[in-house]
Order: sequence, then C-alpha cells, then structure tokens
Amino acid sequence: MRRLTWFNTTSLTIGFTFLYLPMVILIIYSFNDSRLVTVWAGFSTKWYGELFENEAFLDAAWVTLKVAVVSSTIATGLGTMAAYVMVRGGRFFGRTLFSGMIYAPLVMPEVITGLSLLLLFIAIGLDRGMLTIVLAHGTFSMCYVSVVVSSRLVSFDRSLEEAALDLGSSPFEAFRLITLPIIAPAVISGWLLAFTLSLDDLVIASFVAGPGSTTLPIKIFSSVRLGVSPEINALSTILIMLVTIGTITASLVTKRSVQRRQMEEQMANQ
Amino acid sequence: MNFRRISLISVPYLWLLVLFMVPFGIVFKISISDYAISIPPYAPTLEISNGWVGIKAFLSKLDFENYVFLTEDDLYWKAYISSLQIAIFATALTLLVSFPIAYGMANAPDAWQPTLMMLVILPFWTSFLIRVYAWMGILSQEGFLNQILMNTGAISEPLIILNTNWAVYIGIVYTYCPFMILPIYATLEKLDTSLNEAAIDLGCSRTSAFWLISVPLAKPGVIAGCFLVFIPTLGEFVIPSLLGGSRTLMIGKVLYEEFFANRDWPLASSVAVVLLMILIIPIVLYQRNQQKMMEDEQ
Repeated sequence: MRRLTWFNTTSLTIGFTFLYLPMVILIIYSFNDSRLVTVWAGFSTKWYGELFENEAFLDAAWVTLKVAVVSSTIATGLGTMAAYVMVRGGRFFGRTLFSGMIYAPLVMPEVITGLSLLLLFIAIGLDRGMLTIVLAHGTFSMCYVSVVVSSRLVSFDRSLEEAALDLGSSPFEAFRLITLPIIAPAVISGWLLAFTLSLDDLVIASFVAGPGSTTLPIKIFSSVRLGVSPEINALSTILIMLVTIGTITASLVTKRSVQRRQMEEQMANQ
Repeated sequence: MNFRRISLISVPYLWLLVLFMVPFGIVFKISISDYAISIPPYAPTLEISNGWVGIKAFLSKLDFENYVFLTEDDLYWKAYISSLQIAIFATALTLLVSFPIAYGMANAPDAWQPTLMMLVILPFWTSFLIRVYAWMGILSQEGFLNQILMNTGAISEPLIILNTNWAVYIGIVYTYCPFMILPIYATLEKLDTSLNEAAIDLGCSRTSAFWLISVPLAKPGVIAGCFLVFIPTLGEFVIPSLLGGSRTLMIGKVLYEEFFANRDWPLASSVAVVLLMILIIPIVLYQRNQQKMMEDEQ
C-alpha cells in the first residue's frame, strides 16, 4: 500500500523546490530591466533583443547545432552497430577490450577525454575545428547510444529475427525489416541523448575546438567566468524552455505509442 | 556472411581503438616526455626517418620525472587529496538530500510516479553549465539567498558562500542528485511494501521499520548512486571553476589550468594518468556492484 505520509510529502516538496527553484529564479531575472542582476527594476524583454543582435552568440549557437546534428547521427550509427555486436555478435577476438572501450568513456573524467583526444589530433596533424569536435562528440556519445540500444536489444525476442531468416530473408533484410523497427524507439532516444550531450559539452569541446569553431557552451563559459549577466540569463531561459518542451513532447509521444501498442496487443489477443 | 560480420564488428571497434585507446597511449607517452619550448611543447618527438638510432635516442630520453615531480610538489598531491575529500563529502551530502526524495517518490501514489520520474530526469537534460550558472546568481554576496536572509532579518551581514568550498558542495549536490535519486528510487520502488506492513504489524514503529527494512534493502541502489556521483565529481572541472574560489583545489581544474595556462603538456598528461589510476578502483567496485545487482535480480 502506497500512501503519502507527512514525511514523504515534505521531502518531495523540499526536494523538487530545490531542483527547480534555481532555474525559476534564473528565468524570472532574465526579464529584469536592470543590468544589475540582483536588483529587480521592472519587467522587460530587452535582454532577449540584445541577445538576438549579438552575432558572436548566434554564430556559436549555429556551430553548436551543426556539430550536434552531425555528431549525434554518427554516434547513433556507430552506437547501434556496437550494441548489435555486443548483444548478437557472439564471441570474437578482443571482445573484452571492446566492451571495456564501450563502458569506459561513460565514467571517464571529461578533462582526460578532452586532453587525450586533443593530443591525438595534434599527433596526426589534424587542424582543430568543427571536424575535431564532431569526432570527439561522436566518440563519447556512441557509448551512451550503445548502452541505450543494447538494453532494448537484450529484451527483444530473437525468434522474430530467426523466423524472418527461415522464411528466406537475408540477414540485412531481417535487420532492416524486423529488428530496426522494433528497436527504433531506443535508437531515437539514443540519438536525442547524443544530441543533448553534444549541445551540453563544454570541457571536451574546449580542448578540441579551434579558434573559428567556438561552441555555445564555450562562449557561455567564457562570459560567465566574469560573473552573472542578463544576456546569459535570457539565453539560459531559451535553452531551458527548448529542453522542457522537447522532453515533454518526447514523453507524450512515447506514452501514446506505448498505449497504441498495448491496444494492438489486446486486439490481437481477442 | 562472414565478411559482413567482420565489417560490422570492425567499424565501431576500429573507431574506438583510434579515438579512445590510441589517445591514451599518446597521453602516457607525453607524460614521460619533458616540457620544451617548441611546437608541440614537449620533447623528444619521434624521428622515424633516422631509423633505429632515432628510435633509440627517442626512448632513452623518456623518464618518469613528471611523476616524481607530482609527489614532490605540494600543489599536486594536495590537489588529489582535496579532490578526494571534496568528492567524498559531496557524495555523502548528495545521498542525504537524495534519499528522502527517492523514498518519497517510491511511496507516492502509483499514478504520480511517471510524472515524478520525469521531474527528476528533466533537469538532467538541461544544460549542466546553466544549472551551475544558476547558482552563481543565488549565492553571490548581493545574490538572491542573501537578499532573502537580510530582508527577513535572519542575518545582518551577507554570507560569503560563492567562491568557497560550500558553493562547490551545493553545486555538486544540485547537479548530481538525479544520478543518486534514480538508482535509489529503482531499488525502493521494487520493494515489497508488505515487508514494511509486516514489521509494523509485529510492533515495529514506522521510523524503525524505515531504518530496519527500507534502508538496508535499498543498499544496492545507494551504492550505485554513490559511485555515479563520486566518479565524475573527482575529475570535475566546471563546478570548482565557476562556484569555487581560488583556494578550492580540485584536480580537474589543476589539469585544465596546467594545460591551458601553463602549457605544460607533459605534466598535465601525468596528472591525467595518475587521476585515471585513482579512478580505476571505484570504477571496478562499481562494476562489481552492478553485476551483483543483475545476478540478484535473476
């Protein structure tokens, strides 16, 4: 029996206030008229206007978006392959090393990943720029994607694939027509995860980015280091809103697809 | 068939070898080189063109001087110790804050649970940098917290929190608590509530049932959560550099500054190698805990 005692109610209230209050304050102060971020001087949207005139931020946002789309797509491809190899690949030479390399980036401190990739790019003479950020982000996000996808692959009924193979489809066709549609939700959430990780990353990007490829987090970090500023509050508000809308939409879509699947299963059982 | 299998395996394999394993080899190699005023700023560099003599000359110049320096210079070993202290204390604080939330979530009505889960996950999707930044405006001397405390008359002088270790602790607890809440919630949620009821029927008070039943059974989740907070905190860079002060010593920040400000790549590399060796212990322990959890479930 589950019930809300006073202890549970208080801890949930305090807990969620702690989680959300800082962001709410940030959002409120982004509409502050005063440049002094601590004094409330009336409602204004002028910082949003200034933000959209600030070329440096817009350029950085554009670079970040391009890097995130390309790197998360690469990461999803490689991560799905890696998950397939881990779950279905059977035994092969160096399997332990392979699984180690999949899990290690998840716990690696970002400063080490960033440093090691930068030293690699310098050793092979690759100029720092968007390409190097894409390669770096693709590498660490593919590990997250492969964890998400392999958890779906493990729970998936293999006999469906075998049936397709028995009925004469090639392994590739079986993957494309049977496996891929079933693991698609995991692949999509893997892509979204990789996309967010790439948008968010500061440390690795600041190691591997070149002078012409400043990403938004690098730009935010360098201006935030000097203190709180109303433009950054406005920018943060926009980013928080985008993430909130995205997450809520994604969860509603999955909820509906789960409901639809349950309905279809019920219909099939009748 | 076999060709396809080999290519399926080799593409992600080679990618990870080249972009994950090889870089570590390079970090290690540079960590045993010496600092030099050149581009790239380390010596020796391998001259393959000189053949065997070149390789021999190259190898003879490598040594573990940087590692010796790390143990001799106060800054570095103190930074490791202080990172460990901060990470341990912050993990304990995170546990203290997160357990009641996870417990409250697990005992909330079933209809609320998906929403509560989403409310915990949502901040995780929001930029880490922004979540740390949000605290700068709250904790500063003229910040939100001090204004409230001064206006209510709780304090007469503003508290100095920003740029101290306390701000770092708050930042860590805030940004990492979803990692603690979710595994604890996962174990508590699976708990059979009849165990608690049985204890209460047999004369146990609600509080002692909590300590004697729920807390011990949540142990695997607590352990997993602690590692998930401790491991990334140890090498943390953003939180100490934005919320911490000049006296906040954390190894991630030292490494970053050694690399970018002092441009001593060999020393930065050896700092990284030592950090990695320290991290292997908690990582292996975490893996064991996860394996045990999986076996218990089966």
